Amino acid sequence: MRAFDYHQAVDSGQAVEQAVRRDGAKYLGGGTNLVDLMRETVERPEMLIDVTALSRDIDETDAGGLMIGAGVTNAAVAGDARVRLRYPLLSRAILTGASAQIRNMATVGGNLLQRTRCAYFYDVAASCNKREPGAGCDAREGFNRYHAILGASSSCVATHPSDMCVALAALDARVHLLGPEGERELAFNDLHREPGERPELETELRPEELITAVELPPLPMAVRSEYRKVRDRASYAFALVSVASMVELDSNTEDETIADVRLALGGVATKPWRAWQAEAVLRGQPATEETLAAAADAELAVAEPLSGNAFKIELARRVMIAELSQRIVDARKGGES
Amino acid sequence: MSPFTGKTLEDKQPGVALSGDYWRPDGRPDPLGESGRQGIGAPLSRIDGAQKVTGGARFAGEFRFDGMLYAALAYSTIANGRIVGIDTRVAESMEGVALVMTHENAPRLNTPPVFLRSPDGAAGDDHPVMQNERVHWNGQPVALVLAETQEQADAAAESIHVAYATESAMTDFEMAKTQAHEPDNVLGGPAEIRVGDADAAFETATHRIDATYTTPRHNHNAIEPHAVTLAWEGEGGNETLRIHDASQCVDLAVASLAEVFGIDASRIHITSPFVGGGFGGKTLWQHQILAAAAAKLAGRPVRMSLTRKGVYRVVGGRACTEQRVALGADDQGRLTALIHSGIAAMTRHNNLPEPFTQATKCLYGADNIRLAIEVADMHMLANTFMRAPGESVGTFALESALDELAEQLGMDPIELRKRNEPERDPTSGLPFSSRHLLEAARAGAERFGWSERASQPGSRREGEWRIGLGCATATYPYMRMPGAAARITLDAEGATVAIAAHEMGMGTATVQTQVAAARLGLPVERIRFRYGDSLLTGRVLAGGSQQTAAIGGAVIAAQRALVDELLGLVDADSPLAGLSPAQVECRDEGLGVVGDDSRFETYRQILARAERAELVAEADAADSEELANWSMHSFGTIFCEVGVSEVTGEIRVRRLLGSFDCGRILNAKTAASQFRGGMIMGLGLALMEETLFDSRSGRIMNPSLADYHVPVQMDVPEIEVMWTDIPDPHTPMGAHGIGEIGITGVGAAVANAIYNACGKRVRDLPITLDKVM
Repeated sequence: MRAFDYHQAVDSGQAVEQAVRRDGAKYLGGGTNLVDLMRETVERPEMLIDVTALSRDIDETDAGGLMIGAGVTNAAVAGDARVRLRYPLLSRAILTGASAQIRNMATVGGNLLQRTRCAYFYDVAASCNKREPGAGCDAREGFNRYHAILGASSSCVATHPSDMCVALAALDARVHLLGPEGERELAFNDLHREPGERPELETELRPEELITAVELPPLPMAVRSEYRKVRDRASYAFALVSVASMVELDSNTEDETIADVRLALGGVATKPWRAWQAEAVLRGQPATEETLAAAADAELAVAEPLSGNAFKIELARRVMIAELSQRIVDARKGGES
Repeated sequence: MSPFTGKTLEDKQPGVALSGDYWRPDGRPDPLGESGRQGIGAPLSRIDGAQKVTGGARFAGEFRFDGMLYAALAYSTIANGRIVGIDTRVAESMEGVALVMTHENAPRLNTPPVFLRSPDGAAGDDHPVMQNERVHWNGQPVALVLAETQEQADAAAESIHVAYATESAMTDFEMAKTQAHEPDNVLGGPAEIRVGDADAAFETATHRIDATYTTPRHNHNAIEPHAVTLAWEGEGGNETLRIHDASQCVDLAVASLAEVFGIDASRIHITSPFVGGGFGGKTLWQHQILAAAAAKLAGRPVRMSLTRKGVYRVVGGRACTEQRVALGADDQGRLTALIHSGIAAMTRHNNLPEPFTQATKCLYGADNIRLAIEVADMHMLANTFMRAPGESVGTFALESALDELAEQLGMDPIELRKRNEPERDPTSGLPFSSRHLLEAARAGAERFGWSERASQPGSRREGEWRIGLGCATATYPYMRMPGAAARITLDAEGATVAIAAHEMGMGTATVQTQVAAARLGLPVERIRFRYGDSLLTGRVLAGGSQQTAAIGGAVIAAQRALVDELLGLVDADSPLAGLSPAQVECRDEGLGVVGDDSRFETYRQILARAERAELVAEADAADSEELANWSMHSFGTIFCEVGVSEVTGEIRVRRLLGSFDCGRILNAKTAASQFRGGMIMGLGLALMEETLFDSRSGRIMNPSLADYHVPVQMDVPEIEVMWTDIPDPHTPMGAHGIGEIGITGVGAAVANAIYNACGKRVRDLPITLDKVM
């Protein structure tokens, strides 16, 4: 790691000002990913602007949702009683990630911007288009068990590693930003980019823009939401496949149908993956095995396996079907009570 | 009530007569092996436990010297070729940097002697260390920086740019295998062993299993990364090299470093009071040599603490293997043919063909046996010893194949093993010194509830989980290497036992204190066990699970010398006057006549009467003749229960039990901990450990504990361990070392349980969910 300057911001406006003034500055959250990357010399910032003291509250919104400050720790979000009651999958997703120590440090804003754990991205001796545009991709023909089957391009197959983001993708969260030009909002699902020909550009953030908050809209069916993560050991590993899901049934029709659904995938895509195709197949259809299978197949129709991750297509299919089945069972129980 | 021990007559312990000739066929067993011995087997807590948990125990990277500099390494990024330029200008100009060392300015050094090839060898390979422009593996140190702080050294090392002329490298095991060849030796023995004609017998066998099993590379991940703090002390020409190392072989390391630096071994002093795990990896690698060379060049003391990644680049690990096991059996399950052969990756610069047939040499009484190991030369960091080299991965193949044969025969796997229990060692023909494998298996099966196992795979389920049971045999040889010696110093306070042995976390200091107390008839509080210092007597490797026996043998010899000295001191007034060593025993803090309670004198009385403040006795351990007279091994059976998810293929080990036959257990607490630790490492081997060695570049791509998976707390179920506690009459204390047996058999027990759960036979480690789903 090389030497860098450190600045502790007192408010968001001042943080952005400081970032504009200084070339090579980066915002610092809990540092659980950025500092690692600095140790590996993948990131070489001139200055770190510590924004962890800013926006550390979780507030009710007028709309009936929650506004989570970007500086709130992952542990605080997971432990928040309102989150656990109204958005349990967010709590579950966070708790399946990392370790207690890391969750105590990591912030919401930092989690959104954490970078892939592709081994070739992390090793500066390897070729990586994300780290060094145009250098080539050693992962495509190398170790790619943890890599994407969805949303990849010829230039990059790296997965987005976050669990929390998969939950946010399912929850239709919104991201609040502050930049030199002022405040703006983005739908969470528009925040991350697929790599295309520019894998070094991972989000739609403009230069010096700072994430100030993540907003969860009200979503009644999220009370019965879940997050299932499949990985190579029982804890402390990134997802091979993860599924965030919730289902609303319409029991008034003759055949029980799926009134509404949210489905998102982790571990399989270059960005937190909202399963739009599957949702489209599910909505309004009978809550049967056939519907669930058709939905999973629709989502995975464009999946492209690499040398080491073809199993993920079948694994994602199975976990999607199993999870949706369970949500339907849960929804029936919820309807009865 | 005894005035010496505070014990009542009922507690009175029998004395310990001198142990002499346990190694002879007609010899007398060491009396400490007898059951009911005070202290032996007791679950004494670690004597250094408080020190360790309060931070009082200092490890190699925690010592300091005045004026000490911190070292960082730059590593090669190619697997084979030449350095054609190193740009160190930026590094040299950086704040705090005192020295940048490359092959261009490094002091001239001799090539290090290789472990198991040279009698003084402690080194992992025989490459010259930073002496020329050659690069031999991806990750080889190519430059070293010394700076005033670790951060400055790290930053400077990262700024060094190296230009290479790359040459073609053999980094693909599949390709290397096509040129596999027989090594000149395997652990000093032949690479091929034949009994009868196994290939012919296999062809005509009624029942046959012929399968290929593959195991990946593994890396050492001791909790303490390798570190060394050292200084050249004294003036020109007569300097001594003082080293705080994390070592499992202080004496061998001294001998090797003496050769590398061309100085007399008496001018090197290594201490290693605490080691945070060794497992075969804490020997001599480039970091100690480079740190000493840089310290010499800079004229200042140096600390080098390898990063975790640095350990992966500099310290070798377990080689990958491809093994064939072919079993032929008759209708009764009697093995008529046993073939275990295969290929392991190796380099041309080390001497460890991963000895995966070791366990097969002694386990089953097949009529015809052929064992053969070949090696595939690769451009990689030299592979090395890692907890039960050979047995850990070899038993995965052999014991999986046994399970497959049992399935084919429709026979219980334990019954099959029982029917092939040999009367004598099937390959050496020697009698076993102590073999109670069937007793251990029976007791373990009963405790585990083996009889509840459904013979039909996939019979038991709980929700989406299919449940299965599996078992496998564990085994590891008994060894007692030459070179051990011990010194006992007796004074008014008690006894100090000193030997150049090692405490790497397994409990040596505790157990040897217990043993010495029992042997000398002293309370444990009166024993001081000194170790981990090359100035102490003897050469004891903490490896091959041999240290316990090696120390034991040396202390037996030293006790005899001590008793000789004591009897030489007694005068005519003493109740011990005129006795020979054979007539006396150590008891109640003194010496007494065997079978005569009235003739006794305390050590203090003897010393006082002779007006001696202390008495020193030192002796070499007897030669390891027992190994020529018997086939000597530890045994055990591992039982495992797994759940396999029908949806995801996820595997959860729900129960694990090890039932062992390892002679007399010396400390129930530290032993249980060692068994469990080994078994947990076995779970890692079974389910997750794998070094990702990129076959294009020869580079290890997961050099961190985030990416190289070992079991975490949630992967480890409750583990039960039990033991026969039957002493081996031909070893010191009747004991066997137990550091390695725990990992053996676990891979197969898990694989066999998975098969029983879901009917999927996985022959390729690690068993990840994609291989099962």
